[in-house]
Amino acid sequence: MKPIFAWLDQRTGYRKLVHEALFENVPGGSRWRYVWGSTLTFALAIQFVTGVFLWMAYNPSSQTAWESVYFIQNEMIGGWFLRGLHHYTAQAMTVLLVLHLMQVVIDGAYRAPREVNFWFGVLLMLLVLALSLTGYLLPWDQKGFWATRVATNIAAITPIIGPALQKIIIGGSDYGHHTLSRFFALHAGVLPGAVIALLVGHIYLFRRHGITAKQPFQKPDAAFWPDQVLKDVVACLAVLATVLFFIVRNHGAELGAPADPSEPYSAARPEWYFLFLFQFLKYFPGGTEVWGAIILPGVLLAVIFAMPFLGKWRLGHRFNLGLLWCLLIAVALLTFQAKREDRGNRDYLAAEREAQINAERIRELAGAPAGIPVTGAVSLLRTDPLIQGPKLFAQHCASCHRFDGHDGMGRELAEPPSAADLKNFASREWIQGLMDPARIASPRYLGGTKFKDGKMAKFVKKDLAALTSEEQMHLARVVAALAAEAGLKSQDALDRGGAGEIEEGRALMVGEKMRCTECHQFRKADADATAPDLTGYGSRQWMMEIIGNPGHERFYGKRNDRMPAFAEEKRLGTLEIGLLADWLRGEWYNPPTRPRVR
Amino acid sequence: MTAPIPSPNPDRRGFFKRLSAVLIGAVLGLVPLASGFLMLFDPVRRRSQAGQRVKVTSLAALPADGIPRKFPVIASRTDAWNKSPQVPIGAVYLRRSGMDVVEAFNVVCPHAGCFVDFKPEGKSFLCPCHNSTFDLNGAVNDPKSPSPRGLDSLEAEVRNGEVWIQFQNFRAGISGKIPEA
Repeated sequence: MKPIFAWLDQRTGYRKLVHEALFENVPGGSRWRYVWGSTLTFALAIQFVTGVFLWMAYNPSSQTAWESVYFIQNEMIGGWFLRGLHHYTAQAMTVLLVLHLMQVVIDGAYRAPREVNFWFGVLLMLLVLALSLTGYLLPWDQKGFWATRVATNIAAITPIIGPALQKIIIGGSDYGHHTLSRFFALHAGVLPGAVIALLVGHIYLFRRHGITAKQPFQKPDAAFWPDQVLKDVVACLAVLATVLFFIVRNHGAELGAPADPSEPYSAARPEWYFLFLFQFLKYFPGGTEVWGAIILPGVLLAVIFAMPFLGKWRLGHRFNLGLLWCLLIAVALLTFQAKREDRGNRDYLAAEREAQINAERIRELAGAPAGIPVTGAVSLLRTDPLIQGPKLFAQHCASCHRFDGHDGMGRELAEPPSAADLKNFASREWIQGLMDPARIASPRYLGGTKFKDGKMAKFVKKDLAALTSEEQMHLARVVAALAAEAGLKSQDALDRGGAGEIEEGRALMVGEKMRCTECHQFRKADADATAPDLTGYGSRQWMMEIIGNPGHERFYGKRNDRMPAFAEEKRLGTLEIGLLADWLRGEWYNPPTRPRVR
Repeated sequence: MTAPIPSPNPDRRGFFKRLSAVLIGAVLGLVPLASGFLMLFDPVRRRSQAGQRVKVTSLAALPADGIPRKFPVIASRTDAWNKSPQVPIGAVYLRRSGMDVVEAFNVVCPHAGCFVDFKPEGKSFLCPCHNSTFDLNGAVNDPKSPSPRGLDSLEAEVRNGEVWIQFQNFRAGISGKIPEA
């Protein structure tokens, strides 16, 4: 081997290079306080490695970005781990950057002749922050989308060039494919390229000037290898362990519901290390935002850049240190305040919960056998009864109806209901309640409507009040038969098991004893019917038609109480009425076994 | 062999050599860079698809008491190479300010672009991001509110019982209501 290495060294001079790299003198011996630069380099290396592998599975366009990240996270072997590694190492880097900066300033390592290297360091810090800002958007989930919208709107208030700058950043006047391609090109190309260039310069200058040794020396000088290297790798191991802890605890990085520009996201917040800027902006009343967003941060940055010169003054070093400590405390306080305000804000908490529900649900839908359509995952949520039903109900129905006592979204309303509670509508249980003399005129059924003293209520209260046991059995058959008309998924087993009873019930319904067809029509056209058609009662089509036009002959006719004709009056489209009907009927996709909860 | 005749004016020659090298070098670097930046700046010359006239809902869907309701704005949208005919491009708050008169606001907060929420209990709009607040008419109702202007009103008209609006986004963060170009 020896002659080969000798030959290689003669041609390349590598031994000198290795010697310089490893046997740098560390005055006063190795120390733990020198490890921060190395941990940052290590974290950066993780980001490069994991980033390139993520790149191999990521696809930046508004129809594929979220979808490809979903695939990485949930379908590819170890994808969640790789993504978690990238995500949490990015967070660790921010912390390490602060520690490194503090160590450099405390030790006075920014002073002559190391000014240029200090500037390189500050620039590197800005680049790393830019990397996390651009990376936040790439999964194209609601959180990243809305938070980045705020960030780019802030860029637009930059004096003079702002609006053009915003367009160049987002690749047009609206968010879309080009926003993603640009952010991705910045995130994976331009910024890492700049980081490498600056880092080479940073390390070169660091070696040129040597370490700023902490006085007084406690030990004799030592070489970088192996003393300091050992401390460095132990510190890197601690960083890695911390990152691994978070990956395992949170099962990788979170992925929200896909970005939807029409779906508000009240829980939009930047990454935690930008929360202080977010909170800071709240204190600038209308028209002064530019001070909080651009001028003051710019001045602060200029002061940091000037630190090497400020440090020359008699009190300069103390000033620099004091400024940084004040800054750190201010950042901590603002971050704390932002968190505190959110924790005490019911709307925010509700929005966060809803975001979590949507994220869970989209994972079920995307994992369904039908998969994600080429138009992207966002249409899955927009056409999902489980997600859209409650919203539509709250907006269009809950001013009169209730769902299990609430407005569909789980909110209790102050005013009492003035129409029936539609939870489990048309099920056996619901119809039993309607046929119960004690309950028919309660607010849960007809109590709030003009029918509370109508023929049906009278019939139930009088005729059904005292039944013989045989009549009770007949009523039960009628209830079963009527409920079977709905064909509810939740009653599938009951309906199939009780086919005989149901058949009997149907016969009883049209018979004279039960008197249903005196007012209703059932399975046979009846021009004299005055009450809602019981044929297909509660079925999807029946529901859609009654929501569409309750004043139709088939339903309440002219006797319709206050219910609007949602289709006739064009208040809702067919898709929305269908979503409402499906939701009320409990028809939505259910995964065979619920996927593991993150 | 004779020694080369010294140039009568070596400085000038050297200057031209250096100048040429720098100029050629600049051309070599500029060609790829300029062609790249030319394309990068393409969005600047593009205009947004402003001012689409869109039917939002029917007048009947608006409560008579003047409480605003949110509606998605469904219209055609171009995203680079994709054209989608009927997709949500934004959302608006509509409220009756008279029997047949409708007021429309873009839901986007003029501060930094979040969607504002309507708070029925306080009869006001609140932005969930930086706490900007607006009254029922869209005006800023608190001097401490970070928004530089009130909610952006949109032209709205009622035609045959349908509510039509002129949909438009506006630049955020400034006091003037300037359409997004």
